[in-house]
Amino acid sequence: MTTYAEAIDQALIQEMERDESVFVYGIGVPDHKKVFGTTANLPRDRSLDTPLSEDALLGFGVGAALGGLRPVNVHIRIDFLLLAMNQLANIVSTHHYITGQQIPLVIRAIVGRGWGQGCHHSKSMHSTFAHIPGLKVYMPVTPYDAKGLLVAAIRDNDPVLLIEHRWLYWAEGDVPEESYVVQPKAKVIRKGSDLTVIATSWLCVEALHAAEILAKHDVSVEVVDLCSAQPLDIVTLANSVDKTGVCLVADNDWVHCGLGAEVVAQVQEECFDDLTAPILRVGFAPSPCPTARCLENAFYPNAATIIHKVKDLLDLDPIDLSHEEFYAHERRFKGPF
Amino acid sequence: MHTNLELYRKVFTIRACEEYIVEHYHEDEMKTPMHMSMGGEAIAAGVLQAIGERAQTFCSYRTHAVYLARTDDIEGFFGELYGKVSGPNQGRAGSMHIANPVKGHYLSSGIVAAQIPVAVGTAYANKALGNAKIAVVFFGDGATNEGAFWESLNLACLLKLPILFVCEDNDLAVHTPRNQRAGYKNIRKIVSRFNLRMIEIPGYDAAHVWDATISDMFDLPIFLYTTYHRWLEHVGINQDYDAGYRKRPINRRDPVRIQRRHTILAASRSDVETIEKEVRQRIEQAVSVAKRSSFPATSTLLKGIYSDYIR
Repeated sequence: MTTYAEAIDQALIQEMERDESVFVYGIGVPDHKKVFGTTANLPRDRSLDTPLSEDALLGFGVGAALGGLRPVNVHIRIDFLLLAMNQLANIVSTHHYITGQQIPLVIRAIVGRGWGQGCHHSKSMHSTFAHIPGLKVYMPVTPYDAKGLLVAAIRDNDPVLLIEHRWLYWAEGDVPEESYVVQPKAKVIRKGSDLTVIATSWLCVEALHAAEILAKHDVSVEVVDLCSAQPLDIVTLANSVDKTGVCLVADNDWVHCGLGAEVVAQVQEECFDDLTAPILRVGFAPSPCPTARCLENAFYPNAATIIHKVKDLLDLDPIDLSHEEFYAHERRFKGPF
Repeated sequence: MHTNLELYRKVFTIRACEEYIVEHYHEDEMKTPMHMSMGGEAIAAGVLQAIGERAQTFCSYRTHAVYLARTDDIEGFFGELYGKVSGPNQGRAGSMHIANPVKGHYLSSGIVAAQIPVAVGTAYANKALGNAKIAVVFFGDGATNEGAFWESLNLACLLKLPILFVCEDNDLAVHTPRNQRAGYKNIRKIVSRFNLRMIEIPGYDAAHVWDATISDMFDLPIFLYTTYHRWLEHVGINQDYDAGYRKRPINRRDPVRIQRRHTILAASRSDVETIEKEVRQRIEQAVSVAKRSSFPATSTLLKGIYSDYIR
């Protein structure tokens, strides 16, 4: 078994061995913490620590790519990537369209959560990035996908943003030793017949948990990992909703103007005749992310939130969850970062 | 002598192309905002004559001098201004974003200072790959107000990259003079404290700029600080001395006349006139090609957003 963090490290090493133009850079990339172990075994001469200059350093990546290298830029929190929004929205996303010159640039950005990460260390905002034509935005959930999508991103001649959830780094799974490419397609990660939950990032874990509990109440939930915000694999999503006729979108982000809204719009266009209920959404509360644990709990949706929405959608009797144990990250994660 | 003629060809090409634009902009066929280079021709011409074919250029939206001095692509230039497929960017770029990597001009940024870090990255790639190319980035003094400038300067000096920063100071950021933008007296003194080589030269005389531009010793970044007077408004083809924010200089130095005089002395009047005739003919030809060329098909709108090719 390989962890998600190890899978990323493997992908980086193998791509560096395969292609000497690949290098990894960003604040703290080669330091002793190795970005949660994801850069643990990289050759020192091809992992570049940098000044705290996110804006210039993303432009730097563009220039290095134009000059013939294949840079991987790492942001230990996606909130920090926002400092480089100018480069992302004005240069990275437009340059190929205007000039025909390719930018083989990968950006890895990490979503933080819990133990008081607060309002500057917890964002995801994938809909904001996916909104911009010219960027590809992937959100791997499993170790297998983390490796395969990162390899795909490094070999891609377009800029790709990978959004990695901090809590997934300990996830374990089977990861082939050799290098392989995963296509950015949505995937059915649990089969079911009564309802489809389309989930992103960490909420795939919560959706699977919710499906397990609901199975005990004879509700069969299909869970689809959306996997990529751009391109959006509407075919896989629509196929599932065609079958179940009921859909809930569980997005690891704010709901308002979020990716869930786009998914709802496209799914109803494709599946209007098969839908038996309006499509509902769950996501972050419409507030900045607070620090105190009780507020944090209220801010984030979890399996229970999903179960309650499913109950509403399928008009089920009340479900007693008092004996269920929900994911409490403190059992593993006691900070500080 | 040969180089002197080439230098004059560069400054005259830039001026004559812009004179054509000034004369014909009102016809409303070049539908693109233009930030004119007039008055600053000597800087791009001198610097790029010195660096030559090794130069990979990056600039702001004030593209004309840098684009023409680097590529000599008059035909593509007018194709782009007319929004036609004969432009290097098939009409997608216009005046502000024109780029032609094959001919050495990599990026024109509509965002102040955004081209600077990109140039630093390309310099990093050049150093890593051990090629002899030189990233040359042009920006106005307004860009030195931006964080991206200081971040980039720090990075380039830290990594000791082969890059030439060219700060073209015309005192104005749009209409705002330096004294309303700077919390310090002298940007040169501040910049010179970084680990780089500093060059200061007035930007009116292309031969002087060419002489002053260090074309080797790129073991450290080179920062060339130069001044010029912007003849026209920030964007557009008009003079705006009546707008009240600045005065017409008493003695406005003309980079084209200065270089013309040098060239006549070093070569001959007939050499100069031959260059002028050739350039005018090329412009006439370029405009004719641009006018005869097609607009991009609307079916191409969604092409090239992604390259969709996995190696």
